[in-house]
Amino acid sequence: MLDVQKIRNDFPILGREVNGHPLVYMDNAATTQKPRQVIQALVDYYENFNANVHRGVHTLSMEATDMYEDARKKVAKFINAGDPDTVIWTRNASESLNLVAYSWARENVESGENIVLTPMEHHSNLVPWQELTREKNAAIRYIPLDNEGVLDLSDIDSIIDDRTALVSVVHMSNALGTVNPIKKLCDLAHARGAKFLVDGAQSVPHMVVDVKEIDCDFMAFSGHKMMGPTGIGCLYAKKDVLEGMKPFLTGGEMVLEVSYEKASWADLPMKFEAGTPNIADAIALGVAVDYLEDIGMANIDEYERDLTGYALNKFIDVEEEGGKLFGPRNPDQRGGIISFDTPDIHPHDLGTLLDQMGIAVRTGHHCAMPLVRSLGVAATSRASFYVYNTKKEVDVLIEGILEAMRYFRDGVR
Amino acid sequence: MFDSQELYQEIVMDHNRRPRNFGSMTDSTATSEGFNPLCGDQITLFLKVSEDIVEDISFEGVGCAISKSSASMMTEGVKGKSVEEALTVFEAFREMITAKSDGSKDSEILGDLEILKGVAQYPTRIKCATLSWHTLQAALQGTERDISTE
Repeated sequence: MLDVQKIRNDFPILGREVNGHPLVYMDNAATTQKPRQVIQALVDYYENFNANVHRGVHTLSMEATDMYEDARKKVAKFINAGDPDTVIWTRNASESLNLVAYSWARENVESGENIVLTPMEHHSNLVPWQELTREKNAAIRYIPLDNEGVLDLSDIDSIIDDRTALVSVVHMSNALGTVNPIKKLCDLAHARGAKFLVDGAQSVPHMVVDVKEIDCDFMAFSGHKMMGPTGIGCLYAKKDVLEGMKPFLTGGEMVLEVSYEKASWADLPMKFEAGTPNIADAIALGVAVDYLEDIGMANIDEYERDLTGYALNKFIDVEEEGGKLFGPRNPDQRGGIISFDTPDIHPHDLGTLLDQMGIAVRTGHHCAMPLVRSLGVAATSRASFYVYNTKKEVDVLIEGILEAMRYFRDGVR
Repeated sequence: MFDSQELYQEIVMDHNRRPRNFGSMTDSTATSEGFNPLCGDQITLFLKVSEDIVEDISFEGVGCAISKSSASMMTEGVKGKSVEEALTVFEAFREMITAKSDGSKDSEILGDLEILKGVAQYPTRIKCATLSWHTLQAALQGTERDISTE
C-alpha cells in the first residue's frame, strides 16, 4: 500500500491555502502538480549543466546531451517502447497528434478513405482530422456511445472497414473518465490494414501503459499531466512507420547534410526534432518518470481506482439531490475523473463557490464541445484525481458540492 | 463554508431563479446571438426599437447565475430608454465591471446593476457578466454577426 502522506509531502503546492482553506486540487486532468524532485531537476539543470545538446564538444554540452537522451530512455522504458529512438519529443500531446496528421496522414490517407474516431475525443484528436479529411476528401466515422458513455462496438465491423486508413482513439476520456478497450480496437484496425493511434494523455500518467502489448502504431501524451513540466510531450511510433514519414518541421538539428540546394534528414529521433529542443523540461520529465516508477504505476492505478470507487459511492448523496453523473458507473470501466451536472446551479457558479472553499475543479466543455453538447448540457463540472488525493479530500468535495447546491436552491447553507 | 457576499448577493440569486423578460419575441425589430465558448453560455436577445426607443426587450438562453442575472437586470435597465441612453448604461456597466470605476458615480444610471460590481474581483467571470451587453450592443447597432466573448 502506498503512503499518500509521504507522497503529499513531496508536493510543495499541496501545502498552500486557497481563499483561507487548505488547497484541494482536483483538476489533474487539466494539469498535475509537480513534486519537489521535478522542480529541483529544472533548477539543477540550469544551475549546473545548461548547454545546447548534440553539437558541442565541451563538457557541459556532453553532459547536457547525456541527461537529455537519458530522459528519452526513461520515457521509452516507461511505456515499453523498446528502442528510445521511437520516442519523439514534442511540446505536448496536441503537437504529437498534429505531427502524425501532417507527416504521416498527409502522405498516406487518400480520397474516399476514412478515419475512425470516437465521439469522446479531445479537440486535439478531432480538429487535426477534420482539417485533414477536408483536404483529402476523406471521411471521419465515429464509433457510437451507449447512454453510459461507453463505446458501443456492436456495429464495429461496418465502421472500421477496408477503406479505413487510421483508427485514432482516446485511451481515457478527459470528459467522461471512460477507459476504452484499446487493445481490442487496435486488433480490429490492424485486421483491416489500418494504422492505430492512441491518445494516451489521460492514461499514461495513471496506469501501466505498454505500447508493445497494445501494438499501437502511434501514441501521444503530455509531460505536464504526469507530474512533469509544461512544454514537453511525446510521440511514440513504430520505427518502420517513423522511418517512412516525412519530417514535420525542418531546420537545425534535424538534418544530416545541407547544401545550398537541398538537405537530407537526420536519423531518428532527430529527424522530427527541428531546432534547439526543450532540454530542461525533457530532463525534468525523465525525473517525473523516475518518481512515478518509484511509486509504481500498478500501485497508482490500484490507489486511484479505490479512490474513484469511494467518490462514486459518495456521489450518490449528490444524485439524491438531483445531481447527474456522466460516464460509466463501474469503476473498472473508468479512471479517476468524475464529470457531473448539478440542478439549479451552473457549473461555472459551482466552480467559483468550490474555489472559495479551496477546491479546484474544472468547469466547462473540457475541450470536448460536441461530446458535452450530446450530453444535453452546455458544460459539466469535473473533479479529476491523482495519486496525492485522499478520501478526506473527496469528502470535502462532496460536502462542498452539496453546500453550493443548497445555497443556490434555497438561498441558505 | 464559503464567502459569497460579493458575488452571489440575494438580488443576483433572485434574477437567476426568476429571470425577468425571459422568452422569445415575435414582433422584434432586431435580434442578436451571443456565445461564450469558455463556458458554453449562450444568449439570444430580442429587441423592439421604435422611433429610437427600446420599447421591448427579452432574452433566451443558457448560462450561469452571473450571465443570467446580468442579462435579466440589463433588460430592466434599458427598457423604455433611448438607444443612446441604453449605450450609456452599457458604458457605465463596462467601466464598473472592468474595475475602471466602482460604479458609484453612475449609481443613477446603473440602478440594480451596481450589485454586480463584485464581479470585477473575479477576472474569469467578467465575460459572463458582459456577454448579454455585447449582444445588446450588436443588436442596437444592427450588426448581424454573432457575438463571441473570445
